[in-house]
Amino acid sequence: MRVPLSWLREYVDLPATETGRDVQAKLISAGLEVETVEQLGADLKGPLVVGQVLTIEELEGFKKPIRFCTVDVGQANGTGEPQEIVCGARNFAVGDKVVVVLPGATLPGGFSISARKTYGKVSHGMICSTDELGMGDDGTHGIIVLPPETEVGKDAIELLELVDEVLDIAVTANRGDCLSIRGVARETAIAYGLPLRDPALIDVPAPNAYGYPVQVADPFGCDRFTARTVTGLRPEARSPIWLQRRLQKVGMRPISLAVDVTNYVMMELGQPLHAYDRRLVQGTIGVRRAQEGEKLVTLDGVERKLHAEDLVITDERGPIGLAGVMGGANTEIADHTEDVENATTDVVIEAAHFNAVSIARTARRHKLLSEASRRFERGVDPQAAAAAAQRTVDLLVLLAGGTAEAGVTEVIAPSAPRTITVPADHPDKVAGVGYGRETVVRRLQEVGCDVYGQDELIVTVPSWRPDLTDPNDLAEEVIRLEGYENLPSTLPKPPAGRGLTGRQRLHRRIGRALAGAGYVEALNYPFVGEQVFDQLGLAAEDPARRVVKLVNPLSDEEPALRTTLLPGLLGALRRNDGRGSHDLALFETGLVFHPREERRAAVHLPVDRRPTDEEIAALDAALPEQPRHAAVVLAGAREQAGWWGKGRPADWADAIEAARTIAREAGAELAVRKGRYGPWHPGRCAELVVVADGAERVVGHAGELHPRVLKALGLPERTCAMELNLDALEEAGDGIPMAPGISTFPVATQDVALVVDKPVPAAEVEAALRAGAGELLESIRLFDVYENAEQLGEGRKSLAYALRFRAPDRTLTVDEASAARDAAVALAGERTGAVLRG
Amino acid sequence: MSAPNKSYDPVEVEALKPEEIERMRDEALAAFAAADSLDALHEAKVAHTGPASPLSLANREIGALPPHAKAEAGKRVGMARGAVNKALAARQAELEAERDARVLVEEDVDVTLPYDRVPAGARHPLTTLSERIEDIFVAMGYEVAEGPQVEAEWFNFDALNIGPDHPARGEADTFFVEGPDGGAESGVVLRTHTSPVQIRSLLDRELPVYVICPGRVYRTDELDATHTPVFHQVELLAVDEGLTMADLKGTLDHMVQSLFGEGMKTRLRPNFFPFTEPSAEMDMLCYVCKGESVGNPDRPCRTCSSEGWIELGGCGMVNPRVLTACGVDPEKYSGFAFGFGIERMLMFRHNVDDMRDMVEGDVRFTRPFGMEI
Repeated sequence: MRVPLSWLREYVDLPATETGRDVQAKLISAGLEVETVEQLGADLKGPLVVGQVLTIEELEGFKKPIRFCTVDVGQANGTGEPQEIVCGARNFAVGDKVVVVLPGATLPGGFSISARKTYGKVSHGMICSTDELGMGDDGTHGIIVLPPETEVGKDAIELLELVDEVLDIAVTANRGDCLSIRGVARETAIAYGLPLRDPALIDVPAPNAYGYPVQVADPFGCDRFTARTVTGLRPEARSPIWLQRRLQKVGMRPISLAVDVTNYVMMELGQPLHAYDRRLVQGTIGVRRAQEGEKLVTLDGVERKLHAEDLVITDERGPIGLAGVMGGANTEIADHTEDVENATTDVVIEAAHFNAVSIARTARRHKLLSEASRRFERGVDPQAAAAAAQRTVDLLVLLAGGTAEAGVTEVIAPSAPRTITVPADHPDKVAGVGYGRETVVRRLQEVGCDVYGQDELIVTVPSWRPDLTDPNDLAEEVIRLEGYENLPSTLPKPPAGRGLTGRQRLHRRIGRALAGAGYVEALNYPFVGEQVFDQLGLAAEDPARRVVKLVNPLSDEEPALRTTLLPGLLGALRRNDGRGSHDLALFETGLVFHPREERRAAVHLPVDRRPTDEEIAALDAALPEQPRHAAVVLAGAREQAGWWGKGRPADWADAIEAARTIAREAGAELAVRKGRYGPWHPGRCAELVVVADGAERVVGHAGELHPRVLKALGLPERTCAMELNLDALEEAGDGIPMAPGISTFPVATQDVALVVDKPVPAAEVEAALRAGAGELLESIRLFDVYENAEQLGEGRKSLAYALRFRAPDRTLTVDEASAARDAAVALAGERTGAVLRG
Repeated sequence: MSAPNKSYDPVEVEALKPEEIERMRDEALAAFAAADSLDALHEAKVAHTGPASPLSLANREIGALPPHAKAEAGKRVGMARGAVNKALAARQAELEAERDARVLVEEDVDVTLPYDRVPAGARHPLTTLSERIEDIFVAMGYEVAEGPQVEAEWFNFDALNIGPDHPARGEADTFFVEGPDGGAESGVVLRTHTSPVQIRSLLDRELPVYVICPGRVYRTDELDATHTPVFHQVELLAVDEGLTMADLKGTLDHMVQSLFGEGMKTRLRPNFFPFTEPSAEMDMLCYVCKGESVGNPDRPCRTCSSEGWIELGGCGMVNPRVLTACGVDPEKYSGFAFGFGIERMLMFRHNVDDMRDMVEGDVRFTRPFGMEI
C-alpha cells in the first residue's frame, strides 16, 4: 500500500516538521512494515509553469517529426513574451494548456534545463510529459494537457503536487484495514497519540424502499449490499488534477472519472466499489452462487467459466460480475471522452461486503488477483460500505455534475458485534511485563475496542479489525503499542538436555572425516529429470527410476525429486571442471525420495484437537520414504605431482575407500564385493555390503563410472563415484567401541607370498588367512600384488602379506609363529587354491 | 715373542727403552694429527693402537721382564698408551664434529617449498554455520529435532494455523507433490519452512519442549543473486509453563551475542505470522558498525547499508491454536518460536555477495571455510 504523506495529513494533524522518515519509524515500531519512503520531486526545481500553446510550426527534414512552438507562459519568463520551444511530442494542439519548464530549472534525476540549440532552432525550455516530471503512469506517456480552465503562468509544481513523500507499506495478511489511507491514518494517529478525522464518518441517508432493486440469495457469501444511483453525469467530465495525482501516487492509473472515483474511494476507505452503467443493467441486481457451466467475460476481456462456488452479481440475463473480484464487460462504464454519444451518464454504485474465504477461493481459482479481491480476502470493514457509497455519490455529483437519486438500497444480514473475553492481566503474562489493567484497557480502546469488566475484560472489537479474534490478538495490540522495543530480555531455564543424538553426531563426524580426506562438500538441488536415469544407465526396472513428482516444478526439464545423489554431485563436478578446477573430490550427504509401494494422498485433519496416533501414522504413510544418502565423486588427480615426486590419479580404490571411511565413522563392518550396477564400469564396481540384524544388505556401490555414463553426462574420463544409504549403514553400526587388550610381549613377523588365480578376490584370501592363523594373529596387511605370466603362470597373481603374531601372556617362539602361519596358508590354500610362492 | 727370563735386563730390551716408547707415542700422535678423515684416523688407529701396533707389541714384552723391572716398564708403556688413546679420542671427536657439520649442511632443504599433495577438503559453510547455531542452543539444554522434507500439508500449514483459505497459504510459494493418480491433490508438499518439525516435536516429545530445528526448505523462487528455491532454516521452539515474550527476546539476544560477540542485541518489530501471536520481525544490531553508520554519511556501512540493523527473520509467541492442534493445553502452557534463513546469515556474516555461490558447489568457494565457522 502506497500512502502519500500529503493525503495522510488530511486525517491526522501531524506536526509540520515531521518527515516521511519520521512517520516511517513510528509506523514500523507500531507494526506496519514501511519498506521505503519515496521522495517525489526531491531534486525538482522551478520555474515549472502552466503555459498555453500559441503556434506550432512542423519542422521538416528530420528523422522524426519535430515541432517548433511558441507558448504563452504569462509573466513566468520575466518578459511576458511567448516562449520558443522545440518539442518532439505530438499529442497537443494550439490552444492547449501544457506544463512548461523554463531554463534554470532542474527536473527529477538532476536534469538541468537551459536554452539550447536543437534541430536548427533555439529551444528555451521544454513542454513536459508525465514521465519527465516523475508523476507515474497516466496511460499516455505523452505531453500533459491540462484542463482548459487552468491559469496560464501558474506554478505547476504546486498545481501538480509534484513534491510529496510516499510511504510504501508491505501490509501483512491480517491487516486488510491498512490497505486504505483510512487504516494507515488510524495507525498513525495512535502512534502519535493524535485524534483521527475518520473519513468514513460522514452523513449517510437511511436506506429506503425506492433504491435500485437488489436481491441477495446468499447472505453468507454477501452479508451487506449497498446500491446507490447517480444520473446525469456530464460525458466530458474528467477527473480533476488533484484526484488524478493521488491515484498516481498510490500507484493507480487514472482511466475515466467514474472509475477513478471508485478507485479513489477504495484507496481512501478500503471499501472496494463497482460502478455499473445503469442503462446496461437489466432488472434486479442479484447476488448468488454461480451455476456450473455459466460464463462471464470480465473487464479484462477474458471469458471465464464459472464454478458453482463462485459468488456472482447478476441481473435478469445472468452474471454481470464476479463478486468482489472483477466486474463484467457487459455492464462496463463507457469512456466518457472518446465516445460522447454512447458515454455512460447514469451509474449504479455497488458497495458490498463479501465472505473472505469465498473471494479468496474465487480469485485463486480464476488466477485473478485484483485490488478488490486483495482487500476482501484480508478483511474489509463491513460498516464502511454505506459511507463509501455516499462518498462516491458525493464525488460524482461534485465532479461530474450528476444528480444523486434519493433511493438508497441496503441489504444487510443481521450480525452481532464480536466480543472476546480476556483476563485483564493476559497481555502482562504474554509479554512478561506488568502493564497493569489501566494501560491494557487504554490501549485496547485506542485501537477501537469497547472494553468492559475488571479482572475479566469483555472486549468488543471494531468492525474494521476482523483479525482480532483471540485473547493473544488483544495481547499483541497492547504489547505493540507499548513498544516491542521496551520488552525486557530474560532467559528461560530449559531442563537439562541430552545433547546431540548419536545419529546427529554421526552425520557431523562423516562430514569431518570426508573433508579430512580431502573431499569438499557440495549441497545440490534435489530436482532431477527422468532422462538422467537413462544417462546413468539404469535398467528399465531399476527402483531408482520410481520418482516423486512435483505438480509445479521450476523447470519442466526437472520435474521430479532425486532418488540418488549422483546427478547433482556429478553436475557440480562438471561445473567445477568447466571452470578450470580439474582435480576434484566432492561429497554430499542428503535425503533422497522414494515413493511408497502403496501411494495415497494425505488427508486433511482437524486442528481443534491433537490428531490420534493412527491419524498421524496415516499422514506419515502418505509421505515418500526419505532415507539419507552419502556420496562422493572424484576426477583428475587424487595426489598432485610436485617436487616430492609423481602425482596419482583418482581411481576406483579412492571411491571405495570413501565408503570405508564412512563405515568406520559409523562403526559398521563394511564388506566390499565385486558388483555390477548401472552407472559403474562393470569391471571396476564394488558392491558395499553390511550385516544388520543378521541379514546381509547391499547399501551402495563404489568404483569407476561407466565410460558410457561419462560420455552421456559430459564428465572427465575416469571419473569415480561412491553412493551409499547412510541410514542402512547406521543400522549396521555397533554402539560403543571397546578397548582391545594391548600385549607388551615382542611381535613375531612372518611374510607370505601366495599365488592364486587372478579372479580370486584378495578379500577372500585375507579372510582365509585370518581364520587359519587363529588367535595369535595380531594384524595382517597385504603389501604387494604381483602379476607375471612367466614366473607365476598365465592367469595367476601373487599376493604378499605381512602377518604379525603376538600372544597376550608370553613371548612367542619361532615354532609357534610358524605353526600359525602354516595353518593360515593351509586354510587359504583350501578355500582359494592359494599356494606359497616358491 | 719372548718367554719370561729372570736375568733379563729391561734396558737391554730395545722396545722398552724410554726413548723408543717416546718415539712410538710421538709417531702415533703425529699420525692422528695428520689423519684428515675418519677413515684415515681409523687406519692410524689400527696402526698405532691395534694388536700389531708398536705400543701393543712393547706392552707384551713387559711380561718377559723380571719382576723388579716390570713396574717401571709397565708405567712407561701405560702412560704412553694413555696419551695415545686420549689423542685418538680427541681427534675422533674433532673429525666427527667436522663430518656432522658438513653432512647437516649438505642435508639442508628449502622449507618454503609448497606442499599440496592432497589438497584439503572442506565442509559446506551452510552446514557448519547451522551446526554452530545448533551448538549454542544445545549448550542451553535444547535438543536438535529433524523431520521429513517432503511433508504433509497438515504439518506444514494446517497445524500451524494456516488453514486452506488463509491468504498466507497462497503466498507461501509452495512446491506441490503429485498425488497417487498423478493429480494435483496429494496433500503433500515440499516443506516451505522447518516449522512442521515444531509440530512433530510437540506431538512426539514430553513437555516441556525446547528444540532447535535446522534443515532444508523449498519455495518456488527462481535462483538469482538473492533467491534460491532450496535453502536452509533454523527454527527454535520452546513450550513450557510461563514462557513470555521477554524470554523470547532474551534467547535471541543470547544467540546473537554467541554468534557475533558481546554487546550484540536484537530488536523486535511487530509483524504477522499465522503460527505466532503476538508476532515480530527480528533484527540484530549490525555487528560491523554497531549502528554507528546511521546518519553518518562519512562512515557508510556495507553490511547493513547504513541501517544500523540487520534483518534476521520472524518470531513470536506460539499461537495457542497451534498448541491446541498438538494437544497442548494453551491455558497451562505457552511458548515462543523463531526462525531465520542460514543463507542470509552466511551472506552478511561471511561477506557472500551472491546466493548462487552457495548452491553451485564450486570448490573455490567452499574450501576456505574448512571444518567449522
